[in-house]
Amino acid sequence: MNKMDFNKLQNEGVENVPMQQRRDFLKMGLAITGIFAGGTLLSAASTFNKAQAADFAKKYPYSPHYSMVMRQDRCIDCERCMEACVATNHVPNVHGAYRTTILEKDTSDAIGSTKEFIPVLCNQCNLPQCTRVCPTKATYKDKTTGIVMMDIKKCIGCLTCQEGCPYNARYFNEEKKAVDKCNFCIDTRLARGEKDTACAHACPAGVRVFGDLSRQDSEVFKTVHQIEKAVWVLRPEAGTRPNVFYTKG
Amino acid sequence: MGLHFTNGYVRKKRLQIILLQMQHIIALTVLFHHSYQSKGEHLRMTNHSAPTLNELVSGVVDRLKSAGPLYYLLLLITLSLVIASAVIGLLAMFRGHEHYYNVTREIPWGILISTYVFFVVTSTGLCLVSSIGHVFGVQDFMPIAKRSVFLSIATILSGFFVIAFEIKIPWRMAIYNVISPNLTSNIWWMGTLYGVYLAFMFAEYLFLLMNKHNPAVICGFSGSVAGILAHSNLGAVFGLLMGRPYWQGPYMPIYFIASAMMTGCAVIIMFHILGYKINGEKMDGDMERALEVTTKVGIMLICVILFFTTWKLIAGAAGQPNGAYPVVMSEVAGHHAFSFWFWEILLGMVGPLVLFILSKGRNLKIMLIASISMIIGIFVMRFNLVYLGQSLPVYYDLGVNEFKEMLTYSPSIYEIIIAAGGFGMTAFFFLLGEKVFDGHKVEHH
Repeated sequence: MNKMDFNKLQNEGVENVPMQQRRDFLKMGLAITGIFAGGTLLSAASTFNKAQAADFAKKYPYSPHYSMVMRQDRCIDCERCMEACVATNHVPNVHGAYRTTILEKDTSDAIGSTKEFIPVLCNQCNLPQCTRVCPTKATYKDKTTGIVMMDIKKCIGCLTCQEGCPYNARYFNEEKKAVDKCNFCIDTRLARGEKDTACAHACPAGVRVFGDLSRQDSEVFKTVHQIEKAVWVLRPEAGTRPNVFYTKG
Repeated sequence: MGLHFTNGYVRKKRLQIILLQMQHIIALTVLFHHSYQSKGEHLRMTNHSAPTLNELVSGVVDRLKSAGPLYYLLLLITLSLVIASAVIGLLAMFRGHEHYYNVTREIPWGILISTYVFFVVTSTGLCLVSSIGHVFGVQDFMPIAKRSVFLSIATILSGFFVIAFEIKIPWRMAIYNVISPNLTSNIWWMGTLYGVYLAFMFAEYLFLLMNKHNPAVICGFSGSVAGILAHSNLGAVFGLLMGRPYWQGPYMPIYFIASAMMTGCAVIIMFHILGYKINGEKMDGDMERALEVTTKVGIMLICVILFFTTWKLIAGAAGQPNGAYPVVMSEVAGHHAFSFWFWEILLGMVGPLVLFILSKGRNLKIMLIASISMIIGIFVMRFNLVYLGQSLPVYYDLGVNEFKEMLTYSPSIYEIIIAAGGFGMTAFFFLLGEKVFDGHKVEHH
């Protein structure tokens, strides 16, 4: 059928369109709107794209600049990441002790799936509050990797870092007698030649993508530096410039 | 080892020597004190006729002997509180805090932090209000100097006592605060400056006892500066946390200083009236005048803090700012409303304000009731401040199931006992100070 013929066709109206097709069409519209709205409101991508070329060195001052991207919609809450983290990093089995967890969100009025799972861990921020507030430099940014580390012998247990962290990423480990937190398995895996963290390695759904943000060929770099899909960070208003990003799709 | 004794006789002798040395240390402490009482007879010392050690010790002993059974009972109760809290604190330290304290990952700071804040607020307030007289030369405030400076030392020590059990590994602080300081940390500045403050307050008190005015003024001024810096840094510990909108901003350091002075007035009024009751003495005109002006300053500062609190609430409600709005609403009309309106506003400020005005700064009974009410209210005020700032989960706006509700915390019995130990320590020092330093009398010139 050419274009002229198409114009001659009579309008059939919407009366005969099945209900399922109508719903699918509406869903598609909402999804597109949602992506645009989400991209505008939440995404850090627009900021990144504006800044990336000129501010590259300033933005990713570490080499390797470790980062994680969460493909949030892939998470099924199997908790294998949490189990792997506990086993690898000797996290004690007491209430409130974890380096990473999965948060659950119900959106009861959503169309389609109403449940989301949001994995969280230390965001290894570029401007971390925890290191600024620590009185004894017991927590600090690793000069090479940018990972927020703990020097447990210096920790006095004032817990100000816990107060300062906008991501609830820290807890006091009574066994170590120091605050404990995720360090991207730098001592338990990366130092032993492994290329990823225990949680990323254990995830069967490929939710957690770990990599070096300073390398343009890394998956984390490619995901963060694109504009097709929304990429966001948690609590951007805290101004800590986190290195854990979230995306869907 | 020096403490390895060979037989009972030598051990007894050495103990006698140690006791004698302790007696001398106590005597040296009171040596600086100019006036003392002996068996009801007032002996006025002068710089030219220094008393012997025996005279000083016997003066203290006589004053302690003259005290009634209630005094000793109170001394015993307060000391028992200190010992009980020290035992529990040490148990928590070595057996694991999670067994004793109700603080959690999400609310890591509980009543021990708020009690510490309360004591350092009080100490700073005592220092600042008393400095109006003996540092800045306003004559009316002169008579309250000695007792206030003594109490500022007692309260800061009580604060340190409580925080020692709140901080999980305090001995590391002693080492790494010195060899690994973090100059961007408000906690570091606060700790260090409070150390400096304590040293100046000690020195100031000694100079006041020795009646050496100029060095006392220098130390008092330096102590006030260190106190303001330390205390505003404590405010900044809360105020500069970017992830806690209820606290965040320049409000906290400013509020802390004004609030310290308000607390200082209440504590000065209460302890001076109680001090005179304990010693069974009547206030002279100068002291009455000093308490009258302190009450007036107190009235002004209550108004200042009411003004601050009002705007804090409006700022947290107008435009419903993220992070602050739910907390302010819980404070005004929610879970914390009773604690806020009854304890903080009514007992802590409005009630005392009315009573102070009614007392005209002269009715000591009303002033005592007002100041006690105010101190109770301010203690709850500090608790609310620390608790409320943490009550909103950091992931609240994310809307996740785990953090949809405000967080709750109530102190464990062990935390309450340790906090009470802080009060016990202040009360113990106060009671002891009244007798050892003879009602902190001030020389007339």
